[in-house]
Amino acid sequence: MPTLADLRVTQTARLLQVGGERSFRRRLLELGFVPGTPVTLRKIAPLGDPLEFEVRHCRISIRRREAAAITVEVDG
Amino acid sequence: MSAPLVALVGNPNTGKTTLFNGLTGSTVRVGNYPGITVERSLGHLKGVEHPIDVLDVPGAYSLVARSAEERIAVDALLGHGGVPSPALVVVVLDATALERNLYFALQVIELGRPTLIALNQMDAAEAAGVQIDCTALSDALGVPVVPTVGTDIERVSALAQRIAQYVDKPPRPPAWPWTPSGPLQADVEAVAPHFPDAPEGARQALALWALMSVSPEDSGAPPTLRTTVAARLAAAEGSGRDLDLEIAQARYGWIDAHAPTLLTRTGSRRLADKADRLLLHPVVGFGAFVAVMALCFQALFAWADPFIGLVEGAIGALAGGAHDVLPPGIAADFVADALIGGVGNVLVFLPQIALLFLFIGLMEDSGYMARVAFLMDRIMRKVGLHGRAFVPMLSGFACAIPAIMGTRTLERRRDRLLTMMVLPLMTCSARLPVYTLVIAATVPAATVWGVFSQQSLVMLAMYGFSIAIALVAAAVMGRTVLKGKNEPLLLELPDYRIPSARSVARLVWRRSGDFVREAGSVILVFTVIMWALSAFPREPDAVKPLQAQRDAVAAQSAPDETALATLDHQIAAAKSEHSYAGKLGKAMEPVMSPLGFDWRINVGVLGAFAAREVYVSTMGVIYGVGGEVDEQSPSLRRRMAEAKRPDGTPVHTPLTGLALLVFFALACQCMSTIAVVKRESGGWGWPAFLFTYMTTLAWLAAFAVYQGGRALGFS
Repeated sequence: MPTLADLRVTQTARLLQVGGERSFRRRLLELGFVPGTPVTLRKIAPLGDPLEFEVRHCRISIRRREAAAITVEVDG
Repeated sequence: MSAPLVALVGNPNTGKTTLFNGLTGSTVRVGNYPGITVERSLGHLKGVEHPIDVLDVPGAYSLVARSAEERIAVDALLGHGGVPSPALVVVVLDATALERNLYFALQVIELGRPTLIALNQMDAAEAAGVQIDCTALSDALGVPVVPTVGTDIERVSALAQRIAQYVDKPPRPPAWPWTPSGPLQADVEAVAPHFPDAPEGARQALALWALMSVSPEDSGAPPTLRTTVAARLAAAEGSGRDLDLEIAQARYGWIDAHAPTLLTRTGSRRLADKADRLLLHPVVGFGAFVAVMALCFQALFAWADPFIGLVEGAIGALAGGAHDVLPPGIAADFVADALIGGVGNVLVFLPQIALLFLFIGLMEDSGYMARVAFLMDRIMRKVGLHGRAFVPMLSGFACAIPAIMGTRTLERRRDRLLTMMVLPLMTCSARLPVYTLVIAATVPAATVWGVFSQQSLVMLAMYGFSIAIALVAAAVMGRTVLKGKNEPLLLELPDYRIPSARSVARLVWRRSGDFVREAGSVILVFTVIMWALSAFPREPDAVKPLQAQRDAVAAQSAPDETALATLDHQIAAAKSEHSYAGKLGKAMEPVMSPLGFDWRINVGVLGAFAAREVYVSTMGVIYGVGGEVDEQSPSLRRRMAEAKRPDGTPVHTPLTGLALLVFFALACQCMSTIAVVKRESGGWGWPAFLFTYMTTLAWLAAFAVYQGGRALGFS
């Protein structure tokens, strides 16, 4: 199952399941990372981590480790 | 009867603070929350008839608090924790990121308190092609909406009028814009009775809040509430439900359903993305980063110097003037050396503090600071530090005082404390004169491989040593005394903005004021204590013969100036030896001699607590060459190299030198550091810990160097 950490820059995918430790997961949900939402990878930091995502026209950067706990469905 | 209170809340990066400054003008006063040093700012609303207080609450993404800062926001809204409940809640929303901001707005509205929405950054939204229908937004949410621009004086004062109007005549408390599903409603109903003191309308919102934020381990919540919430969560999980997801999804469901009627987006790509393509580029971006950091470093090291010289010159002139005006004696010495000297010890830090906050202000305001975190996160987190901690850590090479204040750029208290605890290990500029003197006095001036001077290699090694120790200390403390769970990173790269001169100037002014007011008094007291230790007793018996000798020379018709100067230096040395500081230095010998230190070094180490560089002038006094020496002084170096222990062996051997260097690298030899950590951590606990761990580490390391070196046959 692909995760947010597997996306290429500018690639968009639909969220399937948001995993991870409860309080951080809850925060991601509250920031709009709810299943069914399209998410785009916008930037990768020069050292490979963190990653910047766009959800509902908002940008949020998280680390690869946390991104890998969020499964996605890549369109097409 | 106190003035009604208006709470200003919102997500981080909504321009809330700028709006706050605009609403309150220069009436801001800063106070700390009890126990935690997160600032909250309180000011009077400007340009309205009746007094109204405005409270600036730290930015929060949600009422379900993850950090101490967010908890304050929650407490302020709910009137918990000794904060009066606000008469009106102003929710500041970033118009460029309306969807996510609406989530927080929904949470606040659910509380059923009189609420006003300030739709901020309308200019940026327009520039980005976002059109928002304020009437539709107001209708959908059931609360008034005022569009505004934080930097536009007219629009801000219009907002102030609206606030005043609604404080007088509160808008109707809003109802929930969305309806919970059946099972969720049942959960809410089950938990709501646990908030009997809350107003009728707020109970359900608090129940929802509790379902998401009260955990079984949460000691802050009443036990009955905890058990009920735990039971509901377990029951929900048993039937395959996920309450966190359900609640978030319900709110976003409302937002997604309404967004198309509330706003249109015609905008293209953000301008910031284009700039980031350069500034976050693996080569160009790091080049720019190094350039910015080098500039900042250069400013602290070099540009501050003339100003520091000015302060020192002025203080010196004042002290001289005091000596001239007052009759010679204890009073004159106290005023000139302890009081004026103490004020000088405070003011001397201001140039660097002001410059550092100028840079921090520019970086924060422009949006570059978030990029620093984005760039450095990978490296800094290896030792448990936040990416943004890079700037204070780097500043630590110039001086720990501004750097410790600079940790305020970190949001979380744990990150701030960890950075503060390791910062004083960096080789600050006050250590340089000490290193220069000790190296010159103890390390032979030979070259290695014909190119490198042995002395400069030792100096370089000291820098490497301090960085390595600071990183190791951060890694160790991050896993022990400051063990926070390794918090996942959550970062927003805001749009780039041209920094506002006013807000940067305000930051510089406020931070400088904070330092003078709160750390200044502690530094002053320490200075007086240090002075008293070296100034008393006034006339020790041991000095009397020397004094008589001097009087005899001075009484001659043509006194020998050189002889007088020599005698003066000898008197100073004898006084120093027999002062309380000298006695303490001797009393410390049993503890310090395993490090190879004699009583003279001990007195220097003691005096260095006032400021490390004082070690040099203390050595000057003790070795009878006068206190006006600098680390380059050949006569001081010679005297030190000649100094012998009672058994006839030299004091300043390369091994003692190395032990002393290691000691100075690690010991918390700086009262101003203690004072500023006390101010920034909000108590004496952390500075006491800092002093203890650094001094213990210094002693152990110097012991290992000296005894290990001797065991290996070095001297």
